[in-house]
Amino acid sequence: MDSRHIISVLLENEPGALARVAGLFSARGFNIETLTVAPTEDPTLSRMTIVTVGSEGVVEQITKQLNKLIEVIKLVDLTEDKHIERELMLIKVRAVGEQRDEIKRLVEFFRGRVIDVTQSVYTVELTGASSKLDGFIEQVKLTEILELVRTGVSGIARGESALSAPKSRSNNK
Amino acid sequence: MELTGADILVRCLKDEGVDYIFGYPGGAALHIYDALYKQDDVRHILVRHEQGAAHAADGYARVTGRPGVVLVTSGPGVTNTITGIATAHMDSIPMVVLSGQVATHLIGDDAFQEVDALGVTRPCVKHSFLVRDVRDLATTVKQAFYIANTGRPGPVVIDIPKDVTANKTEYIYPKTISMRSYNPTVRGHPGQIKRAAKLLLEAERPIIYAGGGVSLSGGEQELRDLVRHLQYPCTNTLMGLGCYPANDPLFIGMLGMHGTYEANLAMHDCDVMLSVGARFDDRITGDLAKFSPYSKIIHVDIDPSSIGKNVNVDVPIVGDAKRVLADLVSVVKNLEPNPDTNRISAWWKQINSWRSIDCLAFDRDSDKIKPQLVLEKLYEVTKGDAFVTSDVGQHQMWAAQFYRFDKPRRWINSGGLGTMGFGLPAAMGVRIANPDADVVCVTGEASIIMCIQELSTCKQYDLPIKIINLNNRYMGMVRQWQEFFYDNRYSHSYMDALPNFVDLAESFGHRGMRVDNPADVEESLIECMARKDELVFMDFITDQRENVFPMIAAGSGHNEMHLGSTGNGAPQERELA
Repeated sequence: MDSRHIISVLLENEPGALARVAGLFSARGFNIETLTVAPTEDPTLSRMTIVTVGSEGVVEQITKQLNKLIEVIKLVDLTEDKHIERELMLIKVRAVGEQRDEIKRLVEFFRGRVIDVTQSVYTVELTGASSKLDGFIEQVKLTEILELVRTGVSGIARGESALSAPKSRSNNK
Repeated sequence: MELTGADILVRCLKDEGVDYIFGYPGGAALHIYDALYKQDDVRHILVRHEQGAAHAADGYARVTGRPGVVLVTSGPGVTNTITGIATAHMDSIPMVVLSGQVATHLIGDDAFQEVDALGVTRPCVKHSFLVRDVRDLATTVKQAFYIANTGRPGPVVIDIPKDVTANKTEYIYPKTISMRSYNPTVRGHPGQIKRAAKLLLEAERPIIYAGGGVSLSGGEQELRDLVRHLQYPCTNTLMGLGCYPANDPLFIGMLGMHGTYEANLAMHDCDVMLSVGARFDDRITGDLAKFSPYSKIIHVDIDPSSIGKNVNVDVPIVGDAKRVLADLVSVVKNLEPNPDTNRISAWWKQINSWRSIDCLAFDRDSDKIKPQLVLEKLYEVTKGDAFVTSDVGQHQMWAAQFYRFDKPRRWINSGGLGTMGFGLPAAMGVRIANPDADVVCVTGEASIIMCIQELSTCKQYDLPIKIINLNNRYMGMVRQWQEFFYDNRYSHSYMDALPNFVDLAESFGHRGMRVDNPADVEESLIECMARKDELVFMDFITDQRENVFPMIAAGSGHNEMHLGSTGNGAPQERELA
């Protein structure tokens, strides 16, 4: 049965690494829902979060194939254990007349913020699990969505466990 | 003293122990070629097409176990190597490809002979590098060789812009390398090895299925120790041929689409399967739903992603085949110093009854040359001791079936990618690595044409390869499928204008011989092999209707083999040149 997985990848921050990951997914027909990547506190390392949907066997292959990439140092399937996921959304909606109060109430309810206002438009910032962002979109459908942008998921394990590079080894650079 | 990037690159090759490289010059690589000119340690073989360079380096790597090295220029130079890189990648062959690139300030400007070398090669390399600074060059070369030849081997591309080869820096070649992101597992997990040993010792219908990974790891002796201690049947994949001696009574032949009856039925009926250095490729398994329904499977592979990819495995073991087999042998010997062969006597009886079918039988009384006969005689005349390369198609399967390889690294063919045109340039690399050995390229008239230009390279470097051309005037394997699955519609599987191969070989300065009578096959092969210093192109005019059997059609199970002979609808005779 297909299920949603959040795979967190620690990899060398080198040009071409992202292309290898993207190429791997397209070459092997794996599905990417979202992909985010940025350097970590150590500028030689990037942290990537990939959300994918697949059967157990497919997700096992995804993690093995990712591990096989030379730049990948470590990875973890966050959905195997307790974890936190967050995604940021910016959404621009038509806000005139009664809609203005209605949208403000909805934004408060979802713990978002209106970050830009004109006479007819609100721009809303909202952070949370992807399902929460989906829920908000569902509600504001009543009004007119002018533009919507999501960052894709970032994830981290709960508690003590941390995805970090082995300290002892250098990269000979 | 500071050296130019080009001089550094050549010094790196020397310090890495590279004796030969295969290449073709061009603008972006000229500084490197100038550096080659100034020294004698690293010898350069000038091919006639960059694809030939990649296949030659591949052949060199397959027989030596050391990475083959390719040097080409930017743009078309590197794009021409792609088939060769992909061939090496599919068969896990260590290779380092050095490609010139336009100067760093021109990258991205669509400069003359510019191509995104890393981009176009990415899907078929183990790894690749673009060197932007001459100070990174030596470390990058060290990393490339390390990556290419450790873990599951594979090709690595280093793209080097022209200005990097001109810039200067101090030359320091790192003695060792370690990478935080790359540490292949070598030793198998002891607990898993113990589980595997117990499972093997409980088997009543065991089979050991060994692939190219055993040859790559140099684990043939450990495999023999295990098989002979247990007295279990052993089968090899196309890539694994020679890793277990074909003449050993415990060897039951190749398995898979054109494998033997006994090997495939044993795979189907076994209760315990040990797979080592093989990857359950579709040509091996046939229909996965029908694959080996009664067996518990132990899978040893250095690449974790090979395990569980196509077939569910009961005992996965990640590690180097040689090391894991050595550990497995010692655990098995500890558990059972004298295994009880009664446990498997009924199984051997069954296997021997399958064997008695003689699935590789062919018509020995034909008035046409049967390709099987040529290969059988080739085996006899060379006493099984030649290095045999092949192209792709029917001739490849017949060579695999009829040339009995007792040693690893003797059978050089493109198993995974199935690259026509591989055989001749690969044979060049094999011969350069073994300057006194008999090197034979078994090919067909369609395959050989694909890299025929390398006959010129063979002349320049005095490479007396023996080309066994099984000329049936058809792309035989394509035609065979059209006969079986397309109702004898032979769509574009023949060429209406073939060259006279004897004249062609002679125009390149070699010797050509045409043989069209079965009675002349053996004698002509003896003469061919006796001409030690000449490249001999043997054009065998073979029976056009011959098909490769046994055959498991794609999508069938191992127990659904065709043993038959050619039926109705045989192809129409085609003219010779």
